[in-house]
Amino acid sequence: MSAELAQGLHHEGAATRSRSASLRTRLVLALGPATVLAGVGWSLVQPWRLTILHPYHQGFWWLVSEPPLYVVVVGIVFRLVVAPALAADLDRRS
Amino acid sequence: MPHAEMVHWWFGAGILMVALLSLSEAVVGPDVWAMRPWRRYLWPGLAFLMGVLMWPVMTFYTNSTIHMVAHGSWAQTMMLAGASELGLASGKLRSQWWRLCTVLMMLVSGGAFIVHEQQHWLFSRAAFLHHAMGWTLIAGAVFPLLRARRPQSTFAVAGFASVLLVLTVMLFCDRDTAAVFGHISQSAGVPHR
Repeated sequence: MSAELAQGLHHEGAATRSRSASLRTRLVLALGPATVLAGVGWSLVQPWRLTILHPYHQGFWWLVSEPPLYVVVVGIVFRLVVAPALAADLDRRS
Repeated sequence: MPHAEMVHWWFGAGILMVALLSLSEAVVGPDVWAMRPWRRYLWPGLAFLMGVLMWPVMTFYTNSTIHMVAHGSWAQTMMLAGASELGLASGKLRSQWWRLCTVLMMLVSGGAFIVHEQQHWLFSRAAFLHHAMGWTLIAGAVFPLLRARRPQSTFAVAGFASVLLVLTVMLFCDRDTAAVFGHISQSAGVPHR
């Protein structure tokens, strides 16, 4: 194999890897917002699951229990704590 | 005391986080995932913590002996699975067969879901979901088993994450007494929420 051909193949491989990593980076960064969106969507479809919207005559535990908000919080925590470092590592590896 | 379904929702939030961590591990691959040591400890640590938190559930939600046995065995195997995965993450455990502890955890958890629900599938939503979650976990145990054989398998990690996502949805759907598919037993109690 000539040096030129080998270099061309090497560049092609690097470009493919880079494209794949970029797609995966976007996917990792989108996981958190997608989860937040799911939580917001759920609260719109089933607003009665959020007792904070109708807080009168609710006990303490019912006011603490806001399942759609839990989903939103998990998405935010994942996006802020896990995703940035993971995306940076993925970019560095590619 | 919080209602039983609230506890399901809290654990649902924890399992959702484990599912997101596993899903992102499947996306980036095990090598990139392991580049930062703290990240390797995330989901095993969370699994261990949920095992610890299962003890108060066992203590305060002991409706019957079978409830106590189910929640107690659940707590033990969740802690065992979390601890073995922590050992693998730190490098103190080297054999990938330690992942069989996660298989055991899923089988015991599935069994616990099924045996501590004394009612039939369509008695109420909680009864239906307990059966569904139990069988989902038992069937889903194939993914950690696959990972014990092939630690680098993306399919195994993604499958595990998918099982946890399905489990999360079912946990969040759980209500103490509510109809399922428009049906609820007359002896189930007053439907709420």
